[in-house]
Amino acid sequence: MIRILSVRLLQAILVMVAVTAIAFIMFRFVGDPVATMVREGASQAEKDALRVALGLDRPLFVQFLEFVGRALHGDLGTSFRYQEPVVSLLLTRLPATLELVVVATLLSLFIGIPTGVLCALKPNGFLSRLIQSLTLVGISMPTFVTGLLLILIFAVSLRWLPSSGRGELVDLGFWKTGFLTASGLKSLILPSITLALFQLTLIMRLVRSEMIDVLSSDYVRFAFARGLPRRYIYGRLALRNALMPVVTVTGLQIGQLIAFAIVTETVFQWPGMGLLFTNAVGYPDIPVLAAYLLFVGFLFVVINMVVDMLYALIDPRLRTK
Amino acid sequence: MRKCVRVLLAGLAMVMSVTAPSLAQTLRWSSAGDVISYDPNAQVDSFTQSVQNMVFDGLVRRNKEMAIEPALATSWEIVSPTRWRFKLRQGVKFHEGQPFNADDVVATIQRQIDPGARNRENLSAVTGVEKVDDYTVDLILRGPYPLLLNDLVAIYMMSKPWMEEHNALKPGNASTGVVTYASNHANGTGAFKLVSYEPDSRSVFAVNKEWWDKPQHNLTGVEFRPIASNATRVAALLSGELDMIAPVPLQDIDRVANTAGLKVVENPSLREIFLGFSFRPELHAAPGKPNPLLNVKVRQALWHAVDLNTIQKRLMRGKSRTSGTLVAPQVTGYDQSIDVALDYDVAKAKSMLAEAGYPDGFKVGLACSNDRYIADEQICLAIASMWAKIGVEADVHVESKTTYFPRMDKGDLDIYMLGWASLPPMDGYSVLQALLATNDGNYGGSNPNGLSNAKIDELARSASTELDEAKRVDMLKAAFKITHDEALYLPLHQQPVAWAMSDKVDMPQFPDEYVRPWFAHMN
Repeated sequence: MIRILSVRLLQAILVMVAVTAIAFIMFRFVGDPVATMVREGASQAEKDALRVALGLDRPLFVQFLEFVGRALHGDLGTSFRYQEPVVSLLLTRLPATLELVVVATLLSLFIGIPTGVLCALKPNGFLSRLIQSLTLVGISMPTFVTGLLLILIFAVSLRWLPSSGRGELVDLGFWKTGFLTASGLKSLILPSITLALFQLTLIMRLVRSEMIDVLSSDYVRFAFARGLPRRYIYGRLALRNALMPVVTVTGLQIGQLIAFAIVTETVFQWPGMGLLFTNAVGYPDIPVLAAYLLFVGFLFVVINMVVDMLYALIDPRLRTK
Repeated sequence: MRKCVRVLLAGLAMVMSVTAPSLAQTLRWSSAGDVISYDPNAQVDSFTQSVQNMVFDGLVRRNKEMAIEPALATSWEIVSPTRWRFKLRQGVKFHEGQPFNADDVVATIQRQIDPGARNRENLSAVTGVEKVDDYTVDLILRGPYPLLLNDLVAIYMMSKPWMEEHNALKPGNASTGVVTYASNHANGTGAFKLVSYEPDSRSVFAVNKEWWDKPQHNLTGVEFRPIASNATRVAALLSGELDMIAPVPLQDIDRVANTAGLKVVENPSLREIFLGFSFRPELHAAPGKPNPLLNVKVRQALWHAVDLNTIQKRLMRGKSRTSGTLVAPQVTGYDQSIDVALDYDVAKAKSMLAEAGYPDGFKVGLACSNDRYIADEQICLAIASMWAKIGVEADVHVESKTTYFPRMDKGDLDIYMLGWASLPPMDGYSVLQALLATNDGNYGGSNPNGLSNAKIDELARSASTELDEAKRVDMLKAAFKITHDEALYLPLHQQPVAWAMSDKVDMPQFPDEYVRPWFAHMN
């Protein structure tokens, strides 16, 4: 167990170093922030002075080493644009993204599992066919189109819901939440549906196929033969077993949701980390870009590691290798 | 499960109750970008400056006609060419109650010219500041400098005791990691108080009831919400969540204008769009051969070959103003007699090319951004096809502003698109200094491609110290005349500024694209 852990840890560190290096090389091509940071009409001397002040005149290699050195101390630098430490910037944006992701996950579970079961129980029924084809649309439509479509219907035409922003927030000191106000809850609906759509489809289809598998297994048929109540067979026996892979997929998908909330946050002007990232690309705010990529890389590494460890705990065969 | 669904639906219905009507007279407006910081010294972004202007006043300001008028200074005199004396307005109070006096001006100017101030160069002529008495201040200049008032328009007065209290006497700065209280709090003397600021979400402003000036608005508050996505910003206006958006995307103008209850207001902005040429010995597109653009006839031929009329009608949807010079009519130094584009004449262009020794044309690079100016990419493609008719093969290169401008700065481009608004000074000298003068020290910062004209350099240097306004304007005009006659740049047009707003809002539009809610009326 300890050997597996240490091997995985080493791998994780290597992955993080690679992510950091790739991020840094990429920024060579993102452009030079000096051009956007100086005033219109700046002289060459002014531009050069700024470049030196930002440390951009030094070789990329040196900049990279310095960044890694500071990152190890938990310092990811200062944002060029906001002039604030990047870590505190990311932390202030984290609540917005997490709230969106949590609601999107809950939505996809609460809608995905029942509809998946429904489609498995009556695979040829009208309703399940309808749901199947609807989800096909959901999975193939780009996120920004879904988002704009929802805005067009619910904000512009019906005027039920706000088109953008987080609404009124309540500051709990360490966390600014939109859960406690009506406008905050209203603002959550459209972006969370947009973000949930892909995952919802995935979970629905997963539940459906797992459920169909389980329903055709011997123990379920045996339970029917014993005359057990249908509710008990479907709910207790079949669904429980069908949900095992759903748990894993949902866990992995949370990482995806956080990373890919970028599009949804931009469409809905949702002030989370994704919007911070898109704004940073346009500036270009290199410390923020680097820190964000590092954060997302870290997130994926941790999630994957936890999943691997859980597998090892559950399946003894993996431990002996 | 059914129960679950029912509870969920009931919850949704509760939350979805109809959006409450907005508070009367609160102007809710949106733009694509947000305020970068409320620290007046931490950035050089003109949009940020425009929003800060709601909270802060300068010693002088621009009036409805864009002319400079007294604000926190009531009068000024030039004691000597390097010493300007300002009399300050008495009885002015900051939003948090501190009285405004000479100490505040001294502290503000010192903060502005601190080497750590990001926008230090916005007041580059000033080297020091001295208090004469409680309501008199002297600014010490490096040398004679005619544009001091223009610069001071964008220098916002902060409170010294407030800065001391919050340890913000030194400006914030990314490179040194200095973050101050002033980044997200603001205490000015302006028409509106900053109530709250949430980056990328909103800034809320209340009316400053103790403003020193007589209000020309009837607002009770202002709410600014940045919305980066064009489609979402328009949707928020259509849905009634906003009263105004600035700007409205060009492709949505007709739709918004045809919506009941909404209107679109359009005017030419100060921003002129033009093409710059490479004056290096050879072109990047044709290494090893002499640069044809060095020949004035070639540059004029390229100008003759651009159908500006079609660009204006088709690509700019009739909203731009075709021009022949580098500054807008409102900018000091503008000269109507040279604001004439060379006529569209393919035959003439061809014969001029032949005269210059290029009967079969040549190959040249043509670069544009695709996210900076209105229809920038389309204009570039159109020009390339127009030049193809005279045999000039333009190798079009289009990219995002984040990589485009650094490449332009390095002189990596042959022919490139550039826009200039001459802000904040609103003076033709800005063009002379940055675009026309030879790249050297404090001159030619945006002239990276070897353009060098001795006469213009001389004019730029003398105009920078000439205090006689009439003489100075003549110098600017002389320089623009040379630029036009030698076709040193190829002017295209003046971009439009287009805002969309509810008909309840009545607000003047300005060519510098500043939103000035202190002139707004709502009913």
